[in-house]
Amino acid sequence: MSEFNPNPSGLHQILNRQVDRRTAVATAAGALVAGLGLLQTACSPLAAAESKEKAQLNWEAFFQGNYRLMTHKEKDETVHRLERLHALNTGNQVRIGTTAAKEGVLYGYAFNISKCRGYMDCVKACIAENNQDRKSDMRYIRIHEHNKGQMSFEAAEDSFYHEVPAAGHFYMGTQCFHCQNPPCTQVCPTQATWLEPDGLVVVDYNWCIGCRYCIAACPYDARRFNWGDPQVPEEEVNPNQHYLGNRLRRKGVVEKCTFCIQRSRDGKNPACVEACPTGSRTFGNLLDPDSDLRWILKNKKVFRLKEDLGTEPKFWYYMD
Amino acid sequence: MSATLNPITIPAEERLRHPLVQFFLDGLREVTTGSPKYHIWMASLTLLMCLGAYAYSIQLREGLTVTGMHDHVSWGFYISNFTFLVGMAAAAVILVMPTYVLKDHDFKKAVLVGEALAVAALIMALSFVVADMGGPDRLWHVIPMIGVFNWPASMLTWDILVLNGYLVLNLLIPFYLLYSRYMGREPDKRIYVPAVLLSILWAVSVHLVTAFLYAGLPARPFWNSALLGPRFLATAFTAGPAMMILVLRQLRKHTDIDVAQATIDKLATVTTVGAQICLIMLASELFVEFYRDTHHGLGARYLFFGLDGHTRLVPWIWTSIAMSVTATAILSVHPLRQTDRWLKFACTLLFLGILIEKGLGTIIPGFIPEPWGRIDEYAPTWVELCVTLGIWAMGTFVFTILTKAAIPVELGNLKYRRR
Repeated sequence: MSEFNPNPSGLHQILNRQVDRRTAVATAAGALVAGLGLLQTACSPLAAAESKEKAQLNWEAFFQGNYRLMTHKEKDETVHRLERLHALNTGNQVRIGTTAAKEGVLYGYAFNISKCRGYMDCVKACIAENNQDRKSDMRYIRIHEHNKGQMSFEAAEDSFYHEVPAAGHFYMGTQCFHCQNPPCTQVCPTQATWLEPDGLVVVDYNWCIGCRYCIAACPYDARRFNWGDPQVPEEEVNPNQHYLGNRLRRKGVVEKCTFCIQRSRDGKNPACVEACPTGSRTFGNLLDPDSDLRWILKNKKVFRLKEDLGTEPKFWYYMD
Repeated sequence: MSATLNPITIPAEERLRHPLVQFFLDGLREVTTGSPKYHIWMASLTLLMCLGAYAYSIQLREGLTVTGMHDHVSWGFYISNFTFLVGMAAAAVILVMPTYVLKDHDFKKAVLVGEALAVAALIMALSFVVADMGGPDRLWHVIPMIGVFNWPASMLTWDILVLNGYLVLNLLIPFYLLYSRYMGREPDKRIYVPAVLLSILWAVSVHLVTAFLYAGLPARPFWNSALLGPRFLATAFTAGPAMMILVLRQLRKHTDIDVAQATIDKLATVTTVGAQICLIMLASELFVEFYRDTHHGLGARYLFFGLDGHTRLVPWIWTSIAMSVTATAILSVHPLRQTDRWLKFACTLLFLGILIEKGLGTIIPGFIPEPWGRIDEYAPTWVELCVTLGIWAMGTFVFTILTKAAIPVELGNLKYRRR
């Protein structure tokens, strides 16, 4: 995006400019960790080499820069560090991808109001796919149960506990609309959230300082905050991850729907699209004239929500 | 400079001590000595700060989940207090401008008090922001040059610049004036007058930029109003002088400082006019929000009348309005305003009224209802209240030591002596 200021930054990135200084800091950091490790070993002879490694990796992770400004090599080092840390912490392997945006791709989404019946399979699939905090029951998708005869979100109900579809109602899902002119990225003081070239609005969870200005700026309630330590049972962790997507988060950072970047950039549909039993959800490339999405935009009467705010959401609704 | 001192007549030990060091040592001695009353006062503040630190340690360990905030009211008591205190800091200009620019000597004695108040308010405001952060350990990401500073796009980066700049100005100006006085020199007008002029512009900008932080969000119609900035300034220039009157009365009672009655009278006039302007702005806002009931007015409806049976803020806002209206009425009657007892009563009412209005009625209704109309109310938890109390205690502590050290210097009782 043009708003992006490509100043190489982040302590790591600054240090990167002058190799000798960087080496000096790395050596100093290494020496410190080694010293601490030595102290620890002296105190408890059984202390594993693993805990030393963990301390070293956490130390390095603390000083990592903004993901968007990293070189390919730095990105690789960063995800390897995270993978290793997960293995040290849990004994399980995860794969954290760094797949970049492809040329000629701009993702978009269409939602068929006539078909959705409020089954919530999308919500369940989303939580499982994206490793969302189970403790706070975090959800990226909200299904609003509207009363027939009006499309008023104020009058709609998004927490209903009865058999669906309920008579006299229709259903509408909201999530991040991946605006092409997003107010949330503009307000971020550290550029920890941004619009990718393929149209995905993503967050660097390691760079976010947790000020929550983006949550205040979003007119669609798309963003979620980790108020406490996020909890995902180890056996339920989806090991197929992306740095900007469903990798495990920590407390105090903002997260959101990424159109399942770990799937979409590998040519798959997001989990919500795949899980929907009614076919209400269509995901695709807006720049591909043969995509289903483009067919819908061309042949259906589509609309978007809160267009008056000029956010240019890439999420359309339509009816059959 | 020590280099200019005569090395033969001054003992070696004293020669090494720069007058600047002596200045701070004298200041330190001044703030660590005092009456038993003073020590009890400081000990109480320290106790409250410890309570705040304890509560904050819980928040650090567990995360912001121990606060009353949630995804739908994602800023709460901390950011509300921050907003109020930026206003208090900006209000220091009320004393600074007449003294240095209009050469009104009635204000001269009080101006250092105003600047100390600004410093204390800024330290509190910045502390509230830090307390609200999800990752305070990652705050270095926002330091220009070291992190990524999203300037000029993000209003938060503007706020960081203006608040820290204002803090530096409000530390440097009084420091220069006091140090000159300490050294028995006349301060150089060519140095401090431009700095003072800059700080006056800066004061207006700190509160305006803070308002823009919210007003620039079309997602939140309650804030998305051109009146928000001016209204912030009006409330600040009302609550600030009201607070100053109360503080100056206390200082007059407990310290040697001689505050002229004319100073208090002039501040009272400023407070009165400010309070009247605040009420006009309130009326304007109420008219726009309620003449035609639109969805954009739902936040205001929630605040003033409650929405779908959710009425948590309603008693607070009407208490606040009742306080402000009563205070404005008292202040507007000249004989009452000129009576010390009534003035104290009105200033207390006004300060509390605006504190409630800013503390509960400005930030929270911006989030209620959330963008899709759901109403999830907010109330601060004991952790938030204790951290808040701790930060206020810290600000009061800072203000106390700054004035305690500044007053004897200003009065000429504490001067540099070559021993």
